[in-house]
Amino acid sequence: MNLHGRWLPHPLITLVLAGFWLLLMNEITVGGIVMGLFLGLVIPLYTSRFWPEAPAIHNLPRIIEYTLIVLWDIIVANVLVAWWILFWRVDRLKPSFMTVPLDIYSPEAITMLAGTITMTPGTVSCDLSADGRALLVHGLHTPDVEGTVADIKNRYERRLGEIFG
Amino acid sequence: MLMFIAEILVALLIVIGSTFALIGSFGLVKLPDLVTRLHGPTKATTLGVGAVLIASMVYFTVLEGEFSFHELVITLFLFLTAPLTANIIAKAYMHRHIRHDSLPPTNRTEGWATYDPPGEEGPLVPTQKPVTEPPATPPAKA
Amino acid sequence: MIELALVYGFIALALALLCTAWRLSFGPTMPDRILALDTMVIDALALVILYGIHHGRSVLFEAAILIAMVGFISTVAYCRFILRGDVIE
Repeated sequence: MNLHGRWLPHPLITLVLAGFWLLLMNEITVGGIVMGLFLGLVIPLYTSRFWPEAPAIHNLPRIIEYTLIVLWDIIVANVLVAWWILFWRVDRLKPSFMTVPLDIYSPEAITMLAGTITMTPGTVSCDLSADGRALLVHGLHTPDVEGTVADIKNRYERRLGEIFG
Repeated sequence: MLMFIAEILVALLIVIGSTFALIGSFGLVKLPDLVTRLHGPTKATTLGVGAVLIASMVYFTVLEGEFSFHELVITLFLFLTAPLTANIIAKAYMHRHIRHDSLPPTNRTEGWATYDPPGEEGPLVPTQKPVTEPPATPPAKA
Repeated sequence: MIELALVYGFIALALALLCTAWRLSFGPTMPDRILALDTMVIDALALVILYGIHHGRSVLFEAAILIAMVGFISTVAYCRFILRGDVIE
């Protein structure tokens, strides 16, 4: 194993931990940065048995695009769900479960997809099949189940597949 | 002028945020069963609290003059944990109150993980539409 | 103007807490009550933040972050207890 893989197994986690330490301290000082980087180096080493492999993340423009899309969808989702809750009679809603077959394999990508589904319009991801190849999704108002599934696959899963490759 | 804009922004964010929090909690009362009730708190309440936190950030940074950004920690934490709580509450509800045959089939050789714990031989519950394709293996990396 | 918004926010969040309390008392199933508790924690968190703005002090932030973490972990622990009959196996 090379030096980079042994002492710095997860450079992204190191950066995220350092960033979170600075956020918690609520000020940017040299001491804070040093302490954050120290924690960012030690914690991944200490917990490296929990994540033996680092996910391959590439395609930075795609990540930015995905983040913006999801942020926009979260806002749209909230307005939509708030509208349904406030002004629709309960029996007008058509809630239903649906199965979303998965084309992506990386566990990180599937986790991201499940989180995204929960945060975006009218859908909550409820369960994963035992072999990890299908998601159970509940929709608050889904008159068109197939359309919703196709939407999830086209809008989020395809992009996640490109990011996590 | 900047102060005035900041004040309007803070006031707007507080009003929008608490309204969304109220709507999410109201959904908890109005909607008919647990899986539909999950939609209110996971979306509306989380965004509402996020808006209130951003209001606090703007308030302390611009109007009080102390540079403050640690509210971002809570916002990120809430946005990361909301899907997890929704997922595990749904699983707990399914475990107790939903029969597996009232759910759509997985279209796989194994059932949903709540009823069919992974890592065991064969499905414990019927998956209704057994498929004959080989078990999924990740494609070999080139 | 911020004071007015704060008053509105306090009232809205109090109503939200009443809604969650209603579901907590009458929720027919156990997961309903867990969901109500989780929502209640998030609403209380927003209330703490608003209180911090009201008093112009950011000291309450530490309380808010503790509430957020305890709320999340207790929700997961409750649900795990229902799912597996045990919290730590």
